[in-house]
Amino acid sequence: MTQIPDRIVDWFSTKDWSIHPHQQEMFDRAIDPATVLIAPTGGGKTMAGFLPSLAELAGGTHSGLHTIYVSPLKALAADIRRNLRIPVDEIGLPIRIEDRTGDTSATQKKRQRADPPHILLTTPESLALLTSYEDAQHMFQGVERVIVDEIHALAESKRGDQLMLALARLQSLRPTLRRVGLSATVEDPEAIARLLARHPDPCRVIQADPGPDPDIRMLETEEMPPWSGGGAAYAIPAVLEQIRRHKTTLIFHNTRAQAEIFFHNLWLANEDALPIGIHHGSLDRQQRERVEAAMVRGDLRAIVCTGSLDLGIDWGDVDLVIQIGAPKNVKRLVQRIGRANHKYNAPSKALLVPANRFEVVECVAALEAAKAHELDGDPRGPGPRDVLCQHILIAAAAGPFNADTLFAELASAGPYAGLRRSEFDACLEFCATGGYALRAYDRWQRLQKRPDGNWQLRDPRAAQRIRMNLGTIQDTDTLKVRLKRNRGGKPLGEVEEAFAASLTPGDTFLIGGQIVRYEGLREMVVEVSRRADRKPKIATFSGTKFATSTQLSDRILRMFAQPDWSQLPRHTAEWLALQRSISRLPRRDRLLVESFPSDGREHLCVYGFAGRNAQQTLGLLLTKRMEETGLAPLGFVATDYATLIWGLDAVTDPRPLFEPKALREGLETWLAGNAVMKRTFRASATIAGLIERNTGGQRKSGRQATFSSDILYDTLLKYDPDHLLMQITREEAMRGLVDFGRIEEMLARIEGRIDLLRLDRLSPLSAPLFLEVGKVPVKGAAEERLLAEESARLLQEAGLVPD
Amino acid sequence: MNACDFEFSGQRLSAFGTGALWWPDQRLLCVSDLHLGKSERIARRSGQVLPPYDSRETLTRLATDLDVSAATTVVCLGDSFDDLDASQALTPDDRMQITVLQAGRRWIWIEGNHDPGPVDLGGAHLAEWTCGPLTFRHIAQPDGCGEISGHYHPKAKVQTRGRSITRSAFLVDRKRLILPAYGTYTGGLFSSEDALATLMEPNARAILTGAQPRVLPMPR
Repeated sequence: MTQIPDRIVDWFSTKDWSIHPHQQEMFDRAIDPATVLIAPTGGGKTMAGFLPSLAELAGGTHSGLHTIYVSPLKALAADIRRNLRIPVDEIGLPIRIEDRTGDTSATQKKRQRADPPHILLTTPESLALLTSYEDAQHMFQGVERVIVDEIHALAESKRGDQLMLALARLQSLRPTLRRVGLSATVEDPEAIARLLARHPDPCRVIQADPGPDPDIRMLETEEMPPWSGGGAAYAIPAVLEQIRRHKTTLIFHNTRAQAEIFFHNLWLANEDALPIGIHHGSLDRQQRERVEAAMVRGDLRAIVCTGSLDLGIDWGDVDLVIQIGAPKNVKRLVQRIGRANHKYNAPSKALLVPANRFEVVECVAALEAAKAHELDGDPRGPGPRDVLCQHILIAAAAGPFNADTLFAELASAGPYAGLRRSEFDACLEFCATGGYALRAYDRWQRLQKRPDGNWQLRDPRAAQRIRMNLGTIQDTDTLKVRLKRNRGGKPLGEVEEAFAASLTPGDTFLIGGQIVRYEGLREMVVEVSRRADRKPKIATFSGTKFATSTQLSDRILRMFAQPDWSQLPRHTAEWLALQRSISRLPRRDRLLVESFPSDGREHLCVYGFAGRNAQQTLGLLLTKRMEETGLAPLGFVATDYATLIWGLDAVTDPRPLFEPKALREGLETWLAGNAVMKRTFRASATIAGLIERNTGGQRKSGRQATFSSDILYDTLLKYDPDHLLMQITREEAMRGLVDFGRIEEMLARIEGRIDLLRLDRLSPLSAPLFLEVGKVPVKGAAEERLLAEESARLLQEAGLVPD
Repeated sequence: MNACDFEFSGQRLSAFGTGALWWPDQRLLCVSDLHLGKSERIARRSGQVLPPYDSRETLTRLATDLDVSAATTVVCLGDSFDDLDASQALTPDDRMQITVLQAGRRWIWIEGNHDPGPVDLGGAHLAEWTCGPLTFRHIAQPDGCGEISGHYHPKAKVQTRGRSITRSAFLVDRKRLILPAYGTYTGGLFSSEDALATLMEPNARAILTGAQPRVLPMPR
């Protein structure tokens, strides 16, 4: 076994640092084909990953690329480059370190391919892109190690699947490649190991000392949290007080819209003018970079942020983390808290701020779970096939390939270890011809089989388009927001296309902490003017939403069963008691359904506690059945604990709606035509390369030439329902947005015990649902009725008589 | 009947919920912007292989409308084919379907910007066609009168009590009538966009397609 070179050990000593046991163990196992390190933030995780590379490169004899470091965030790659430079320069190691992300200049990228650095810091997408070039072999010759940072975050999405396919490609080019994964605390470390290692290589999991338990509490305020809403505006004075008392505070929000509103309110109350910034993924890059730089310099006392700051960036001296809104998932809460006190062996300090009274219950349940070290999470299924299709296209962009060889390579990637040859062949067929039952593209197929049996692109120019559309991140289509000027004003950020479409000139909204007035849409840019004098009417973008885990939902239901609630603040306990007296509290073994009129419409509130996605599916299934029975539903909204449906008529007997057999049997046909399936289809079709996001400069302009992907879905449903992409859409929906498994779980625990309560107005527990965003419209008879009404009204108003 | 009757240039016309126009006195059905062969053209030009069922779907809907109306004259208002090569590349089934639809009917192909020449399918090929007080052409002209055209793929958005609803739409004023696109793979242009808002008179109406077509003052 080699020793850590003296120069490096000495450097540690001059810093008064000792090498942690897990760093030593990672070094000792450096020759293993794959290793995963589980360590809390601040545990010297990155150094543990790089130590073997520094040692191997210390001699200065290695030429070309040695180590590829992959992180989920561009900012993290840049951050690691800065942090790694320090020891490398101070020790005087002859090592070239560069990053390569979507932000790297074209010249720099070109040079890197011809003359790569020793250590390349990159993202999964940039790495996949590198493997798509014909000269990939040249660039990757000599590479010894790959380090995947924050692998727990990548493991939760298709980005991880894509990365593992790219690593399989690298391993073919360089069979001796060794893999290291760095992960935060997770509930199932072996699953991370299976994801990372080349199948069926063994993969050792090294656990670092997790450090002391975090100091985590609910923020006590004089003001009571409101009945509903997500803004937590009531807590502003108390949060400001906490900011004053600490050096740097990170204030996490679950959605971008909430972050914007909170930031706005914080500024209105910020009488001491404390330097506070905002950071989220929809802000213009320059604005984000300014905030990041100010934070590194220590100029900011607080940053209002979303998941974009979730990962392990070293943001200086954060000594308090505040989570606004319920954390939804205990694991994410624990990982977020790790952002405070970046010192090993010092407890992290965190405060939870429930945004409304229901979230008080959720926060208390999450606190109890965190104290009990009960992490939650669901096992991931096999790697999705839309990512596989994209990978086949990427392989084709790199040059002709042999199908047998490519299959063997793919099946060595952890997520695809169980891939059947027939499944692969279907994906290849899809990439080549579209894979339609009607064979229409024999002349124009994308991939052709050459006489030597290898596959290649029919039109080599297609490689460029494949590269432009690479990636699995499904941003909903967004539009840039700019200040209105004669010649392109200052960019402020982005809003979702659907949100932009809902605006009429004069509407105001928040972006980057400013109130702006919508002026108009010009060449797909939202033009706005500054309006500091008006209250913003509408919030921006819906943002990311998480589903509360099964484990957390169960804890909440157990809490509801208590006779009283000494662990809850008095106002929340009183609220639950009020619900118990006006209606009932939901129970684990019964399904509570409330029916009441409100605002001229009938409402049905179903407390399934099945998590947001399953409650959403339940909404789709129930409204479909209501449509069929003439109850004229108009729409619904789902939260983690309930579904609220509104329509023109009241439901008097819920039993037929919840008949489990009918729910199950009808699922397939019911789901076929709905909006969630279409959204899922759009995502998978884009990843698989059927729909192109980027067509080379000419962005889809919403003009008459382009049409919605919904039409493609409808067409396939009618003429080719078993098409590969329809299969993928169903699979994805069942385990993702549809989450029918949790509806089954719910039906099993209630065993048909449904309580319908007719109330004369909304109940305490249903109130928060009225302010939820993400309402799903039902397009049925009710829409026709409304359209008829409006048509008659408008014609009369205009003095016209209907024909 | 799933249709909305209205008067234009002294003629009783009917807007079908499918986007077809019916002129009962002439037993004439008019459809615009079929864009047949669009998926083939996209594959040929960009390599993107979309579900190749768009022509079949478009023709199936047209067949139903012809069945329901028992039309004796059919006017296809231009951009019937996504380009002239696309008309060559139709599957034998689709060509057969067109032949079946044409049997026993007068069939007029108006030329559009996508299909500016004749195709080797039955029917007459005309730059434009006048029948009584009505003129059928692909693109509306500034001085058009009694003019029926397509080209713009109009759609309209209306804010109702429950929500905002967007549908493809007929646009009509005293001088002109613009048909929505009938083809399956077609998008739309909002009536509020400059091109349409300036073309149509201030008192123009929009007839939204759908299960029951509805007339409204044209949204601007």
